[in-house]
Amino acid sequence: MNVQLTAPGTRFAATGRGEFVRALLRDRVTLSALAFVVFVVVAAVGAGVVSPHDPYAQSLLLRNEGPMTPADQGIAHILGTDALGRDQLSRLIYGSRISLTVGLASVLVSGVLGTLLGLLAGYYRGRADDVIMRVVDVQMGFPSLLLALVILYGAGSGFLNVVLVLAITRWTVYARVTRSLTLSLRETAFVDAARAIGCTNRRIIFVHVLPNLLSPLLVLATMEVATVILTEASLDFLGLGIQPPESSWGLMLAQGRQYITTAWWLVTFPGLAILLTTLSFNLLATWVRAVTDPVQRWRWLGVRQSSP
Amino acid sequence: MLVRYLARRLFHSVFVIAGVVLVVFLVMHMIGDPARLMLRPEASQEQYLALRRQLGLDDPLYVQLGRFLSGLAHGEFGDSLWQRVPALPLVLQRLPATLYLTAVTVIIALPTAVVLGVLAALKPRAVTDRIITVLSLGGVSTADFWLGLTLILVFAVQLDWLPTSGYGGPQFVILPALTLAFRPVGRISQLTRSTMLDELSKAYVTTARAKGIPERLVLFYHTLRNAAIPIITLAADEMAALLNGAVVIETVFAWPGIGILLIQAIEHRDFPVVEAEVFVIALMVVALNLIVDLSYSVIDPRVRYS
Repeated sequence: MNVQLTAPGTRFAATGRGEFVRALLRDRVTLSALAFVVFVVVAAVGAGVVSPHDPYAQSLLLRNEGPMTPADQGIAHILGTDALGRDQLSRLIYGSRISLTVGLASVLVSGVLGTLLGLLAGYYRGRADDVIMRVVDVQMGFPSLLLALVILYGAGSGFLNVVLVLAITRWTVYARVTRSLTLSLRETAFVDAARAIGCTNRRIIFVHVLPNLLSPLLVLATMEVATVILTEASLDFLGLGIQPPESSWGLMLAQGRQYITTAWWLVTFPGLAILLTTLSFNLLATWVRAVTDPVQRWRWLGVRQSSP
Repeated sequence: MLVRYLARRLFHSVFVIAGVVLVVFLVMHMIGDPARLMLRPEASQEQYLALRRQLGLDDPLYVQLGRFLSGLAHGEFGDSLWQRVPALPLVLQRLPATLYLTAVTVIIALPTAVVLGVLAALKPRAVTDRIITVLSLGGVSTADFWLGLTLILVFAVQLDWLPTSGYGGPQFVILPALTLAFRPVGRISQLTRSTMLDELSKAYVTTARAKGIPERLVLFYHTLRNAAIPIITLAADEMAALLNGAVVIETVFAWPGIGILLIQAIEHRDFPVVEAEVFVIALMVVALNLIVDLSYSVIDPRVRYS
């Protein structure tokens, strides 16, 4: 990294076209990731309009039929049907609502909770820091899936509990990151200046410290969406997550498992949906990190300027 | 110095393990009642109360806690509520399968990840780098049980090269270990790439190259050794996750490790088994972390313990 930092312009100019083509290739990957996330979100929001069939409509004559099987009426079953003869594409579209909502909601809850506690611990230090970080230590010494299992067996499964459990198991990540960044930010000149002109602690935290945390937290949250979607799928698989008749991608996978030898599409497509969505979120996070990192930013800007 | 360091670490470890086991005890007792689950639904209230008395569940929580702690001091966790045999041997009996799977996974994952990471770092932003980055992100983005099912579908069902599931000869461990290797390969190769990139820009690499040392040696001997500490730390982190028992993958492949035991024990509120297992896991993870910390001074002689 340091080599490139010393003479960015020359290096870029020297490699010229090859660098440009490669940069474009890289950008295209990020672009497709963004397009895919937008596509999934639009499909989830507009599920009622874009679904070719009713996701709950069963057909006893069309059970476990392969992709492209003609339907009784309307468009063919593009991705096949499940064991109850329900259209898999429509179920995937409706399932994306639950998978995405669980992902986004639990990231929001754990992110807000973890960030606030991390800010408290890092800014005020002392007793608050000790208590919060000891809780973090104990919880991180505890396998998070075990924690989730214990809570879900105790409290029961279902949408709301899954969101809460995922939030409870993941807040520590944000708390640690926020705390460590706050520790160094509170020693900076602009915080001293703010204190000198009489800003309240609350104002310093929310107006001066927090905005400086937003880009690392955004990167972290984007990656966490992917992690949480995967964890939710694991919980579904173990029978502790979303319960029928509600459906998510993880639950579709779990239900398709017993037909793996006879109806491969029941396992393959929900898994691909999860893979492509989480991969897209991770690619976006990598890209956000690259463009918000001052060391790497010039490359992206340089590439932009030289494009026709 | 080292002895004092070890003594302090050991002292610290006792508290960590005790804390984790204590939390498990409290959480398990808060969430459920094994007696209700053990009886048939038509059992009478008298039978229920008798069973609770027999299991010692009608004592106040602090009495149960005292009993638990004195047992713990003797290394005893009591009998499994369901299987009526001592809980600790039950866990230890499952341990070899999990250790075996963990070892094979690490042997597959670590060299693969390091080679991929070094390859990516050689020419940053080149096509190989991009492919490796997307692949490693893919490894982190895959639902492991889906991957396991897909591998079963391809290699066991379609091609019939390997058994679908079970425990036995070497052919049984390949698919579960491959499945589990994806995530560590993804994470470790990304870290290897970024650490190698930092190291490769340092002066000693230029010196080594200027001296005419073959590039292979510069990469794998000089640079990789300097990049090793963060890589080993992350590898240990991933290994600790594997030692926790791959609950989901053991279920998919019917692998008789501690993961399946744990989920069954939680399901049945089999307190002694859960407590014994968490104790064993905590012990292994603490030992692993200690070994890793000690390895730092072997890799980098500048690291000293005090």
